[in-house]
Amino acid sequence: MTFLPALLKRLAWSLLLIVAVLVLNFLLIHMAPGDPADVIAGEMGGATQEILDAIRKSYGLDQPLYVQLWVYLSNAATGDLGQSYFYNLPVLDLILGRLGPTLLLVMVSLLFALFVGTALGVIASHKPNGLVSYTVTIISIVGYAAPIFWTGLMLVILFASVIPLFPISGMYDIRLEGGMFVRALDIAHHLVLPAFTLGIVYLAQYSRLTRASMLEILNSDYIRTARAKGVPEIMVYGKHALRNAILPIVTIAGLQFGAIISGAVLVETVFSWPGLGTLAFESILARDYPTILGILFFSALLVIIANLTTDMIYRLVDPRVGTSAK
Amino acid sequence: MTKASPNPLVAESPLKEAWGVFRRSGLALFGLGLLITIIIVSLIGPLIYTVDPIEIIWAPLTAPGMEAVVPLGTDYLGRDMLAGLINGGKATLAVGISAALITVIIGISIGAMAGYYGGQALGGRFPYHPFPKLRVTEFFQVLPPLLFAMVLVTLFSPTLPIVAVAIGVVSWPATARLARAEFIRIRNLEYVNAARSISATDNWIIWRVILPNALPPLIVSSTLSIGIAILFEAGLSFLGLSDPNIVSWGLMIGSGRQYILDAWWVVTLPGVMIFLTVLSVSLVGDGLNDAFNPKLRDR
Amino acid sequence: MALLEVKDLVVDFATRAGKARVLDHVSLSVEPGEILGIVGESGCGKSMTALSILGLVPSPPGNVSGGAVYLDDENLIEASEARMRQIRGKDISMIFQEPMTSLNPVFSVGEQIAEGLRLHESISSARARTKAIEMIRAVGIPEPELRSKNYPHQMSGGMRQRIMIAMALACGPRVLIADEPTTALDVTVQAQIFDLLKALQQQNNTAIILITHDMGVIAQLCDHVAVMYAGRVIETSTTETILSAPRHPYTQGLIACVPHLEENPGDERKPLMEIEGVVPPLTELGAGCAFAPRCARHMPVCDDQKPVMTDYGPSHSVACLALADGDAP
Repeated sequence: MTFLPALLKRLAWSLLLIVAVLVLNFLLIHMAPGDPADVIAGEMGGATQEILDAIRKSYGLDQPLYVQLWVYLSNAATGDLGQSYFYNLPVLDLILGRLGPTLLLVMVSLLFALFVGTALGVIASHKPNGLVSYTVTIISIVGYAAPIFWTGLMLVILFASVIPLFPISGMYDIRLEGGMFVRALDIAHHLVLPAFTLGIVYLAQYSRLTRASMLEILNSDYIRTARAKGVPEIMVYGKHALRNAILPIVTIAGLQFGAIISGAVLVETVFSWPGLGTLAFESILARDYPTILGILFFSALLVIIANLTTDMIYRLVDPRVGTSAK
Repeated sequence: MTKASPNPLVAESPLKEAWGVFRRSGLALFGLGLLITIIIVSLIGPLIYTVDPIEIIWAPLTAPGMEAVVPLGTDYLGRDMLAGLINGGKATLAVGISAALITVIIGISIGAMAGYYGGQALGGRFPYHPFPKLRVTEFFQVLPPLLFAMVLVTLFSPTLPIVAVAIGVVSWPATARLARAEFIRIRNLEYVNAARSISATDNWIIWRVILPNALPPLIVSSTLSIGIAILFEAGLSFLGLSDPNIVSWGLMIGSGRQYILDAWWVVTLPGVMIFLTVLSVSLVGDGLNDAFNPKLRDR
Repeated sequence: MALLEVKDLVVDFATRAGKARVLDHVSLSVEPGEILGIVGESGCGKSMTALSILGLVPSPPGNVSGGAVYLDDENLIEASEARMRQIRGKDISMIFQEPMTSLNPVFSVGEQIAEGLRLHESISSARARTKAIEMIRAVGIPEPELRSKNYPHQMSGGMRQRIMIAMALACGPRVLIADEPTTALDVTVQAQIFDLLKALQQQNNTAIILITHDMGVIAQLCDHVAVMYAGRVIETSTTETILSAPRHPYTQGLIACVPHLEENPGDERKPLMEIEGVVPPLTELGAGCAFAPRCARHMPVCDDQKPVMTDYGPSHSVACLALADGDAP
């Protein structure tokens, strides 16, 4: 594979980034006003003097800073992200328990935004003055300017009072009995509104971008060549043009993963979706700093993984990357 | 048809030309007008409609249009919605604009330095300068912005200035990338070499030669930063992470959340205000983008 | 009967400055195996004629308002889009001026050639791939199996143009339209491409319509020439006649403009010949001859009456009113 050395370089850089985030977390604990032991215990943790002393010992807070940093980093390397004194659980376990729902929400939203957005964009590029194109413009303006949590709340009102079609909170109905399939359907039912809310913002962007990209590409010389070869219009759009138009979309989708996670925090809060977002919100209210910082670290990790994946996908899709031009 | 200038030999300055194009776009003007209206309402409105937005003046959860005293209804405590809407703009706009300023100042400074000195610039004179490929921004972009801002606000304290700084801290990378790209593009142009040949210092070149020419896309980006910062502030105050004593639209939505099924207006109306504000900023930004785009000059 | 005949083709474009008649009753014809050159300045309608033959005129601004294009005896102007798709790439093929941008960057060149084969001939993908490799060999590219997997950006301009030719000739078309195929290439590569075209044409008896602004190319390759000006054909004849005894004042100007190396330059230096004036915008053409304002043999009637193509000898037609009375100089 020609891109192996580049891939390794990226992996090494990503590892460095991960360490850097951990260092940042460390710095934040110590930059906050107040005693770091208090910070770590969390203000609402009900920390007694014993617990504070224990913290000071285990984090080595009376040691010089660089020793503390080393302790912190080596702990993290073994998966010890600290203890949440609010939930009384190791931070890592807490996060892993809530990671699934967030990943589900984010991936479904992203796929929804990508597929539907691209499709709309292609249709809009075929008839730039038609209804679909107009809709794309409207959606992209609304999607951009309306706060994502507000859109979610509007949908809550709509589906709670006006058209009670989808559940407006939670991930599943705990009263539901039945096998895995029934449960999966129930989760999917609950997923519709949150995924739609989170997805619509990015759908707006991708459809607009696809439309612009397609319009530009449809004017290129190689499209003229394809037509001169007798390629049917559907293939001109769907094969020749689209393969080129999706390149900027892949790039942008990759760059936006951090923003999508931020959006997920808000959407989860609105729909009481039990993921990392609601955990972040709860732990912020409880001043549970180990958990908050753990979530920050974990989401950064997700973003790094997403960036690596996007990079690889891009290399696969665009043959010009990684091969030498003549 | 080009708009004929009075003397065809004297070209208009780029800014004036841009204004000419801007003026011709209906949407851009609408956006500008809307924005100015909102600013005026936020600044002067409270002086005219003097109802205190924090004071409880009527029965809670009164619907809009029911009572003349509270034309837009009341929230869950019984406070006047209209007063809240009028007064809420101040905080949002203040935070939005100052956060955007921080973003722009940090972003352009770092981006300019990186663009001018980085990598192979100046014949490789500074190969080990600290900003070679702006790896720093890559680091910042790995942290989800809202989460990072939430952490900062929680760690330090939820006052408006902190909120503005937090938003600025998470938003500057995008501006820095843009500034760096522009500086790299321009530093290789002829007039920069000309300046260097008359012994202009690096500082002079960066700030007095390149920056004025890099302004158009930076101005557009700064305008959009304001919209992004406003949405950010709304998100933070919705989550209860902004100053609870200051009325803001996001806060109104967040605190009224539990009651939306009985009182849709508590959440809907402040959201509409946020939407209109961000919309107007974004229309102005689009208008500026078109205005500075040379391809559209001669329409 | 001619293989391909364009008859009184009229194409209008709606522009911001008004309606432009891009092709004004253009007529020309090609016999099997013949190389017809269309020569003229930029904007005279050469490329538009080619696009019209294939039905590729961009349709919102452009519109075929009249005339016909006969392939054998089928009128392509009235053919359905489905029928045209059958013809494009199979009966009539076209190659364009910009090899750097005329190939799709995300597909291998072999795939792009094979696609045409799969569209027009009912053969398997594997067979199409093999045939594509054969075509790449036929256009003179070494190591065709390896090259067929290359992407366009991995090839030079000359090689890309060869791929374009391979793509165009893959299904054995009877007519190949080449729109300034070498304008974007080095002169040495130019010679190679033309040698290739000539060889392939002789091999397969393909008719070629060669569009160019370069009289030297015409001299090298073409059997017949049509000269166009401002959307009209103003003279057609054999290459020999056009070069040695042109009759239309514009053609004469074109020939005279080509600088020659004199055997005895002498001390006197002569300025380069040029045709005075500029081509008028197509939206501002009047009722008369389009060349009239620049013509040395301009007569009052030229401003009011549009000249029609008249025969002046075996396969020599000219559209000029100044020739109607008296002999040509």
